[in-house]
Amino acid sequence: MRHIISILMENESGALSRVAGLFSARGYNIESLTVAPTEDVSLSRMTLVTRGDEAIIEQITKQLNKLVEVVKLLDLSEGPHIEREMMLVKLKAERTHREEVKRMADIFRGKIIDVTDTSYIIELTGDADKLDAFIKAVHEDLVVEVVRTGPSGIARGAKGLSI
Amino acid sequence: MELSGGEIVIQCLKDEGVEHVFGYPGGAVLHIYDAIFRQDDVQHILVRHEQAATHAADGYARSTGKPGVALVTSGPGATNAVTGIATAYMDSIPMVVLTGQVPSPFIGSDAFQEVDTVGITRPCVKHNFLVKDVREIAETIKKAFYIATSGRPGPVVVDIPKDITDPNIKVPYAYPKKIKMRSYNPVVKGHLGQIKRAVELMLSAERPVFYTGGGVVTGDGSKYLADVVRELGYPITQTLMGLGAYPSSDRQFIGMLGMHGTYEANMAMHDTDLLIAVGARFDDRVTGHIAHFCPNATIIHIDIDPSSISKNVRVDVPIVGPVKQVLKDMHKVIKESGRKPDAGALKRWWAQIDEWRRMKCLSYDTKSKLIKPQFAVETLHKVTGGDAFIASDVGQHQMFAAQFYGFDKPRRWVNSGGLGTMGFGLPAGMGIQMANPGADVAVVTGEGSIQMCIQELATCKQYDLPLKIILLNNGYLGMVRQWQEFFYDGRYAHSYVDALPDFVKLAESYGHVGMRVDNPAELEDRMREAFAMKDRLVFLDVVIDPTENVYPMIEAGKGHHEMQLSPQSELV
Repeated sequence: MRHIISILMENESGALSRVAGLFSARGYNIESLTVAPTEDVSLSRMTLVTRGDEAIIEQITKQLNKLVEVVKLLDLSEGPHIEREMMLVKLKAERTHREEVKRMADIFRGKIIDVTDTSYIIELTGDADKLDAFIKAVHEDLVVEVVRTGPSGIARGAKGLSI
Repeated sequence: MELSGGEIVIQCLKDEGVEHVFGYPGGAVLHIYDAIFRQDDVQHILVRHEQAATHAADGYARSTGKPGVALVTSGPGATNAVTGIATAYMDSIPMVVLTGQVPSPFIGSDAFQEVDTVGITRPCVKHNFLVKDVREIAETIKKAFYIATSGRPGPVVVDIPKDITDPNIKVPYAYPKKIKMRSYNPVVKGHLGQIKRAVELMLSAERPVFYTGGGVVTGDGSKYLADVVRELGYPITQTLMGLGAYPSSDRQFIGMLGMHGTYEANMAMHDTDLLIAVGARFDDRVTGHIAHFCPNATIIHIDIDPSSISKNVRVDVPIVGPVKQVLKDMHKVIKESGRKPDAGALKRWWAQIDEWRRMKCLSYDTKSKLIKPQFAVETLHKVTGGDAFIASDVGQHQMFAAQFYGFDKPRRWVNSGGLGTMGFGLPAGMGIQMANPGADVAVVTGEGSIQMCIQELATCKQYDLPLKIILLNNGYLGMVRQWQEFFYDGRYAHSYVDALPDFVKLAESYGHVGMRVDNPAELEDRMREAFAMKDRLVFLDVVIDPTENVYPMIEAGKGHHEMQLSPQSELV
């Protein structure tokens, strides 16, 4: 099953490699990983998407918790939560396709953030399915480049993951 | 007080109460060595290879419970230390390893003797640090000792670039008394509700078994384990790492379990209805095939490390906490319940176990004209009164020592259980002897293992470490040969150790006493002679039967009930 895990960790050099190293050493797979400092610059917030059965996910969370630099951890999939991913996609937009591409961006509530005679760059935010759906919806010959951030997530409700 | 970085490193060790450091100098640690030279509180022991520095620090820690400390230089110094660090990591041994690093401005430039020590050691340390400022040394070393010794212990590496220890840069020094880390809070107490649930199951079990491991030794839980085990009168088996935590000579002890465990211990594991695991980690050498593991049992697991719980085997009642405190609480709960185990069921269970015991699974040919390794270990027990520290290497001799020495006290049996590191024994023995001057310390080894760190005979000479090296010499890499005999139709690929040195002369050339014995009738006298030489290292080359195998044996992938027994085993 797919799990999305939120990790609050010390913002120290090497912390990211400890997480990545743990996954490769123990044969767990990382589907995506995003990380950036939080409002408290001494802390980083990481969102990690992985897959595994219940026993594997249990081991993953325990092993992550065991890392000395991990302060707190939450498996977001255990409760209601919101996921968002951002995608930057460069599309061919020549005469015949310009209108169609713009219309598609509008339907998906994307923004055109760069324009040339022959191309658009579209910025699109949403959950992973929505981004997939957009890619599917535009003709594959038009796609020049796709850049995705990987999902970041947050639990619904008033409570926050903090120290 | 203003000190340079090099002085701070040594002052921190003093303030941490460290008396011995095992190390080897080199370019990146010269400033630190200069600080060592100018003081007398911390004694440095010069080993002959960095691997030995870590093993010696490890042996020191295993025999005392205090953290072992090693100091090595950058590059090859650090990579040589890695084997010892990984050994300590696998067996959860508290250790702090200080490694020199090239000066900060050179990091990443492929400088002379530069390796990414933090990167290389990351998967085999509990934690590691790269010190970036001279003002951070004290706090970092304090953290290193705190992390190494608390929770589930383990090795911690502190990598110190040379410029950080510059004698010309002095800063105010104060060693922190306490340290708090928001991201590191080991569990200090087991959940009482879980303990009560466990006790409820324990009191109603019909075929219970205690299965205890190295965690009882490292967690100093022996006394409390004995309290609970004796209170209930249940059988107990111990892992290779746990030997000595509960006295082997006690009737309730049914032997070691696992691949080379006793018939009675493994059969009890297979038939038990309640497994009480304490400080053990369900290692594959212990469980055999997971699908056949304790098929009828409810499992209670006490461990300080939450990630140990349900890692290999699903556990029914987990109790996360220090074994010492959990066992203490458990004993109290049992006492207060006023209840006793079902006497009838327990009597039937012991009758069954006694039946298995009649197999005499550790029998061997006692009439042989050759020295049997089992006999050699039994003789060692007799000569030392069963009270020596035994440091072992890895292989058949390790299993024979585990099966036949009969450990009655914790911390007397020192071996590389998890990583299985050949070459561990001799340097570990040095660490033990350093920590326990005057005690009998025997290194039980093979001719394969001993040659992996043989250079340490020089260290033993320099520091007058009167180890007794019991070399069980069969001319083979015995355990490899055994597997080749069993599973490769006797194709002994590279397991014959040709061109062995004359170990007697070798020992003598290092300034020690060497003896060779090949007659069973003379073995005891030679051993007594060796142990009588209190202030000399004696290297006893014991020529043993080259064909002896370790039994019982559970082939990898089989269950506890599928043991292969020795030809001499029979119901008596």
